[in-house]
Amino acid sequence: MKYILMMSGKKSDFEGYATWSKEDLQANVAFMRAFSKELKDSGVFVSTEGLGWPSEARLVRAGENGEPVTDGVFPESKEFLAGYWIIDVDSLEQAYKIAARASQAPGPGGKPANMPIEVRPVLSGHADLGI
Amino acid sequence: MAEHTFDIPSEHLLRELAPQVLGVIARRFGDFAAAEDAVQEAMIAAFTQWPQQGVPGNPRGWLIQVACRRMTDQVRSDVARRDRETAVAREAETTSSSADIESDMDPDDTLILLFMCCHPALSRSSAIALTLRAVGGLTTAEIANAFLVPEATMAQRISRAKQTIKASGLSFRLPAAQERAERLPAVLHVLYLIFNEGYASSIGAQLQRLDLVREAIRLTRNTKALLPDNAEVVGLLALMLLTDARRTARTGPDEELIPLDKQDRTLWDRAEISEGIKLLTSALSKGPVGLYQLQAAIAAVHDEADRAEDTDWPQILALYDLLKRVSPSPMVTLNHAIAAAMVHGPAQGLQLLKALDTDPRLASHYRLDAVRAHLLEKMGDHEAAIKHYRIAATQTTSIPEQNYLLTQAARLAGD
Amino acid sequence: MKYILLMSGTKAGVETYHAWSKQDREAHMAVLQRINKELTASGEFVTTQGLTEPREAKVVRGEKNGVPVTDGIFPESKEFLLGYWIVDVATPERAYVIAGQISAAPGPGGVPTNMPIEVRQFATYEPKPK
Repeated sequence: MKYILMMSGKKSDFEGYATWSKEDLQANVAFMRAFSKELKDSGVFVSTEGLGWPSEARLVRAGENGEPVTDGVFPESKEFLAGYWIIDVDSLEQAYKIAARASQAPGPGGKPANMPIEVRPVLSGHADLGI
Repeated sequence: MAEHTFDIPSEHLLRELAPQVLGVIARRFGDFAAAEDAVQEAMIAAFTQWPQQGVPGNPRGWLIQVACRRMTDQVRSDVARRDRETAVAREAETTSSSADIESDMDPDDTLILLFMCCHPALSRSSAIALTLRAVGGLTTAEIANAFLVPEATMAQRISRAKQTIKASGLSFRLPAAQERAERLPAVLHVLYLIFNEGYASSIGAQLQRLDLVREAIRLTRNTKALLPDNAEVVGLLALMLLTDARRTARTGPDEELIPLDKQDRTLWDRAEISEGIKLLTSALSKGPVGLYQLQAAIAAVHDEADRAEDTDWPQILALYDLLKRVSPSPMVTLNHAIAAAMVHGPAQGLQLLKALDTDPRLASHYRLDAVRAHLLEKMGDHEAAIKHYRIAATQTTSIPEQNYLLTQAARLAGD
Repeated sequence: MKYILLMSGTKAGVETYHAWSKQDREAHMAVLQRINKELTASGEFVTTQGLTEPREAKVVRGEKNGVPVTDGIFPESKEFLLGYWIVDVATPERAYVIAGQISAAPGPGGVPTNMPIEVRQFATYEPKPK
């Protein structure tokens, strides 16, 4: 069963990350690399992606005559998806355990950040949105 | 695709033969798109049968025979009578033997294919996909994997590319000399893009996906064999080798990015550097200096320095001066500014960057801020450098690059 | 260049969608499916995924005594990811046009929903060429 594990943050969280010390950055990067490798080695890895920074995000609406309307202004409270993992596991409990591990990626001072990781089942058979 | 235990030499043989077979079939039947499909099917047949039955005595003849049969089957299965009247149908009916066709082979066929697949009317991504399949002999699945898209998507890109060619009425023959000269830049550009895609996706010596770097170099070598006196083709090959020579040294054990001035030069491939310089020397003697030769020359100056501090920056600056005239672009201006900074000091470099502030092509492009940050650091303006390193980090989509930039900022902030 | 196009909604929004007529829902899905087909034909389609409803979502924050700490309570107003498309396109403008088409998919009475689609470029684990 496929699950998506999503990591999000507000603009201020991203900005905070950009000011971490060299050691904290390295520890976090090393953790993420090791984490992806663990997922691959244990055969549950489907995919992982990182997304661009919030300043590059755009909100698009239909507009007129096929000309989309784009907007780069978001409220400070907006949660931006930073990245996700998709895993294929046998149980929800397994998905939570893996999410808990991701959540413990080290933050400032090398302590586990305990970031909230949202866990959602992925629908099989695409194009079924919300049903 | 069926699992096959194909040995490497046979796989290489198949790839070398693919464009030769395609050339023969396309010219004989006059339908490039259909011929390409038929050859693709012959390749797949070879992939499944050769491991079991062994490579045939005349592998090219075998492929031609199978592709031929596919073409005639395809024609015969067309129900519309009017299709039977076409030249293709007539050809299919009268084709005696594939040995007959094989003798039709023309050494120019691969060149014809290159010009066709890199036609300026095609989008760059279509041209790359079609070139890798028709000239490179790669399978759709391999190409899809190299570009991390589903196979169906890549198949569509190739199919659309062939439709564009069909619609343009392009016939299977070598363009006239004048037209060749006009269209060669498009061919070289496609080869360069394939190289760049491979180089950008390589981490150290690891092959992440299909080795597009090796493919690009191989295709460019083949192009050089077909156009040995063309200075820009030779220049492009030199550029690829001189750049590839540094590939292993540009990332560290934790996949972190290592800039040129910090790389372990003992990891550079001396054989590639040596060949690159030899090729470049021969290219420069052939005529007016073009874009790829200039870029190769710059790479050569870097590669010739045993240590970063031995780099002949005045020579590099002179080459960028020339490149700015021959092929101006925001990236050239950026690199020129770096070289100017190395020769005349960071203030001079920063001054040159100002011209780029209003260039829309560089708006929110990470390199402008990254270079600015680097020069500001050299000036001793750490606060401004930190700011620009961080801005650059938010604009790059390369995670190793982002980590590198944030680490530079963190390093300065921690001082 | 790969982009992800994110479609989000709130609990209230999802409930409203469920209250659409079957006809309106089918018309909406038909347009989305047509867009998927067109993207496949143009060689730009990478993938699309739907996610299950918010009530099945959980947030995990670390572990306590080796057990993941989960929390399934979300405020009514919180936005959830409903699904996404991943496309491989030549320019960001092309990604915006595709997002605009998704946004224009019809709602009740055939009126375009005009829902906002967030467009984000993918980061890569690749070093940039130098």
